[in-house]
Amino acid sequence: MIVQNIFFWVLALAMVLGAIGVVRSQNVVHAALYLVVVMAGAAAQYILLAAEFVAWVQVIIYIGAVIILFLFGIMLTRAPMGGDTKLDNDQRWPAAVVSVFLAGVLGALLIDAFGKKEIVISGAKGEQLLQVGKAGHLADSIFTAYVVPFEVVSILLLAALVGAVVIARRD
Amino acid sequence: MIASDPLLSHGIDLEVVLIVIAKTIVVFALLLVLVMFYIWFMRKVIADMQNRIGPNNAGPWGILQTLADGIKFFFKEQSIPDTADRWVFRLAPYLSVLPAFLAFSIIPIGGKVSIAGHQTYLQLADPPIGVLFLLMMSGVGLYGVMLAGWASGSKYPLLGAVRASAQLLSYEAAFGLSVVAVLLHSGTLSTRGIANAQAWTSWHSFVTDWYWSVAIVSFVIFVIAAVAETNHPPFDLVEAEQELVGGFHTEYTGIRFAIFFLAEFMNVITMSAIAVTLFLGGPSGPALGFLPQGGFVNLWIMPVFWFFLKLMVLLFGTVWLRASVPRLRYDQLMDLGWKWLIELSFLAVMVTAVVVVARDQGWDRWIAVPAAFGGALAILGLLRLCMPHRDETVSEVV
Amino acid sequence: MTDYYREYLAVAVLIGAGLAMVGGMLGLGKLIRPTRPQPQKYVTYEAGSDPVGGWGQSNVRYYVYALLFVMFDVEAVFIFPWAVRLETLGVQSLISMIVFIVILALGLVYAWRKGVLRWA
Repeated sequence: MIVQNIFFWVLALAMVLGAIGVVRSQNVVHAALYLVVVMAGAAAQYILLAAEFVAWVQVIIYIGAVIILFLFGIMLTRAPMGGDTKLDNDQRWPAAVVSVFLAGVLGALLIDAFGKKEIVISGAKGEQLLQVGKAGHLADSIFTAYVVPFEVVSILLLAALVGAVVIARRD
Repeated sequence: MIASDPLLSHGIDLEVVLIVIAKTIVVFALLLVLVMFYIWFMRKVIADMQNRIGPNNAGPWGILQTLADGIKFFFKEQSIPDTADRWVFRLAPYLSVLPAFLAFSIIPIGGKVSIAGHQTYLQLADPPIGVLFLLMMSGVGLYGVMLAGWASGSKYPLLGAVRASAQLLSYEAAFGLSVVAVLLHSGTLSTRGIANAQAWTSWHSFVTDWYWSVAIVSFVIFVIAAVAETNHPPFDLVEAEQELVGGFHTEYTGIRFAIFFLAEFMNVITMSAIAVTLFLGGPSGPALGFLPQGGFVNLWIMPVFWFFLKLMVLLFGTVWLRASVPRLRYDQLMDLGWKWLIELSFLAVMVTAVVVVARDQGWDRWIAVPAAFGGALAILGLLRLCMPHRDETVSEVV
Repeated sequence: MTDYYREYLAVAVLIGAGLAMVGGMLGLGKLIRPTRPQPQKYVTYEAGSDPVGGWGQSNVRYYVYALLFVMFDVEAVFIFPWAVRLETLGVQSLISMIVFIVILALGLVYAWRKGVLRWA
């Protein structure tokens, strides 16, 4: 599993750098592109965790739709070229302190909760785990145990859609 | 893991790595040659349809014309506008061509063969979630278009990029839904699995197993959406020379422009190959009965032959379309996408699902299937009746 | 290393190969093409006359389509696993999916009815 750990750290480093890029970038489009790096890294982490379907959903929804929506919004408004200094914030140092603190708390929580767990992907147990990550298994649990939440998702989406239509209309 | 390539399942040694690299190079070269051939073929066929001669100077029948054009691009000076975002400007061509190639890499071209004692598929990769991979690739293609237009720092490219990406994402929804009918029948997301589920067993299986016959509405929707996704005429509003100069790649010159051009035609070929895989049985087809079943010809040649035959038929179809159908207006494009294709593909999915369930549950097919079709038609009619007409005034929006 | 990781390693190798191909083409172009800089060459194209600058406004309508697309993308993500497993899940899942799609279709019908999908 040592290879897996190396990949984890490489991806984690790339994600952290991407995240810093999102915050530090003076250009909105560049920030969105750094966000793509972070999302892609998260998807790769899911693949390492044997959550295959979730990984591709992450890519399709976030990279393929949500960030596209961001870019659309940017292009339809003013699409500033080059640095936009107004994106700078005076309170960057307090913000940095808060974010480091938040990262510490979340990290401590995660280590406390899952620190002892190891994900085994080889052997019979690993094979079982891989099955859980596949689309079919997900469908089985959605359509047997979680039918009601699934239907609620559609109502949530409907509400979002109606909201968007209402905002887009002038009257 | 059933779907994975047997080549990779017994450890990795040098020989295996070499085979993988060789396969990658062969597929790359194949795709490039296909693009060159396709562009020449397109120009020649359209010329013929319009009573012209077409390219005839470079090589026999002008077959080297595309190669000559390609080489010329390498010698052209590059210019990046002063107002451009240089970093993103250089990035965009990569994002444009990569998805076309990656999507092609999961297409099964032939059957299971053995190279130097190793069993392998004639396919570069077969991720278990193959179809999602295809959807993802068309999503990444969008980035190429959007960023190229934005990074140019010019008006026409930006307008072209916004238009193009709105078109691409409108049809991506219908594109994704039309594939669902195939998944309902095959029960797998792997492209190899889907092609295998349609494998040729007899003449009878041509009608019952190949999904186009069962899912013919989905197939038609898929073809329309795929043509729109590739910006191929009659959906080439992205280029719309008369209004937008060249659309999102107006400011690109020389080899970078060539890469966008390459990506466009690569996409046409990849989409046709996807249609062959998902709906037309991929490399399956009747083997030559008079030769041994496991022999070289039936194992190597025939699947590849069938795959390319089907691909060529579809590619000819795209050329025919290019020569004969006028470009859509933008409102027509959006109407077709949102008011027809998405509704129809939803209904097609539902009808197919009912058919699949009826087959599994042993319902009376002669009642269930007509009932599903009737219900779908009724919903469609009802929807049309209660929707505002084109000339009817609706309270003004936006 | 298991099959699972190998399959994705193959995908990663392919991405690398694709990048190398495009990079190679651009690099080759860089080696053999001329560079004769002139300020006029780096002016953006605006139908021949000098560019006026400023940004062309795009229609907000595009944004509504993008939003609708996000909805249908999320929906597709639910439909795909369902489609793969329909044969084993049977009638009950078919009904829940029909309900799901009908609720979402209501949203599309609403947008249509309100004239948001109208272009002209």
